[in-house]
Amino acid sequence: MGLLSKKDTKLITDPLADNNPITIQVLGICSALAITAELKASIVMGIAVLFVLGVGNVVISLMRNIIPSKIRIIVQLIVVASLVIIVDQVLKAFAFELSKTLSVFIGLIITNCIIMGRFEAFALGNGPWKSFLDGIGNALGYAVILIIVGFFRELLGSGTLLGIPVLGDPIEQTGVYSIGYENNGFMLMPPMALIIVGLIIWVQRSRNKALIED
Amino acid sequence: MAINTEKNSYTILFAVAMVVVVGSLLAFTASSLRANIDENQRIEKQQNILYAMGVNGNEGTGDITFVSTAEVADAFATNVEEQLVLEFKDGKIINTLSREDFLKSKAEGAGKEPYLVDIKKEQAKAKSGKSRFLPLFKGTQNGETVYVAPIRGKGLWDAIWGYVALDKDMVVKGAFFDHAGETPGLGANIKQRYFMDDFYGEQLIDKSGTFKGIKVAKGNNDPKNEIKDDYEVDALAGATITGDGVSAMIKNDLKLYLPFFQSL
Repeated sequence: MGLLSKKDTKLITDPLADNNPITIQVLGICSALAITAELKASIVMGIAVLFVLGVGNVVISLMRNIIPSKIRIIVQLIVVASLVIIVDQVLKAFAFELSKTLSVFIGLIITNCIIMGRFEAFALGNGPWKSFLDGIGNALGYAVILIIVGFFRELLGSGTLLGIPVLGDPIEQTGVYSIGYENNGFMLMPPMALIIVGLIIWVQRSRNKALIED
Repeated sequence: MAINTEKNSYTILFAVAMVVVVGSLLAFTASSLRANIDENQRIEKQQNILYAMGVNGNEGTGDITFVSTAEVADAFATNVEEQLVLEFKDGKIINTLSREDFLKSKAEGAGKEPYLVDIKKEQAKAKSGKSRFLPLFKGTQNGETVYVAPIRGKGLWDAIWGYVALDKDMVVKGAFFDHAGETPGLGANIKQRYFMDDFYGEQLIDKSGTFKGIKVAKGNNDPKNEIKDDYEVDALAGATITGDGVSAMIKNDLKLYLPFFQSL
């Protein structure tokens, strides 16, 4: 890693596991529950957050010395909201199909606590390059959890992955459905996402005892 | 360079500057992209109407392929034989306008292509006691005349809308639904082929001519949707409110067209 120093590398790798935004910092839970019913939505949301958090962190970091601390939360909110709206408008004008897929995520990105959380906790106190890496790292950590949850929810809830049936046809009774297997409709409900996130947290903390709080 | 960012005067100045900068940036983006966005939305409306009519590029059983953006204008001109606008008030159709009449009309919401009629505004007009316009697009499917009607309602989070093709007996010959912000994997599935295709062949009126609508029903004993005269299609798991929204918009909006179909 010639480009990144050891410290910089840690900024990206830490949030993937030991300082994961969802399972350790417990940020961004709402969107992790809302849109993980299928794998494709999880991946799209991961990419969208990656973009917004990377750019937003840099913008906030560049402005960190001139933002009045009394209104910093409002300033952060304005930065992220206008970023998202501009991207949305550009996509609507030049990539209409893509913008239709993304439209549902716009609101979820603006209110995503990971974004505000990283602005507050990191970008306000660090330089642009470090903030960019921190943004990318946290967004990747977020995406990893979303994809894991989306994978299990779509597979067990609908019997498909990325919309492709992998377990057979439930109506025609082929594949595993012919031996009496049924899709678990409950997997499509948000509570099951919370339970899966809980299971991930359990597995992660039992493997690394240092993560267990008193 | 040390600025005292704690001072009240600085805070206010910063806030004002920020609002001006962000405001003009957003206004600039929105107005400079307006034309492109309107054009995209216009094309989308044509594609959706044609899709409901059965003019689309669908090949397999799962894909939704519209007429391509390059061909849509021609396809719309050839396949939509007639655009009608019904003026509706107090449960009656008081006027039927042709496309030419509608383009010339000076009435509120008129004076444009019938397919560009804003259903949301028309619904608001009806609510405030005024007459509303009901666009209808006539075409042919397998040698039979079909009429495509737009519908609009509320889902769980935001608006849902669609286009339904009906034959002269108000039997569904095609349906297209879309939404602004339903949950991916749940309510957003009203846009999936398997849901939209279920509507094909469903009836809206019973033998005596009473309007029944089509209910998106849970616990329906017909998951393959082979029974076409039960006024029901199978609901989507986990999307009760979106499904109810679909039932409601079919009931509320298509019912208005009943006098037209009875007069055929």
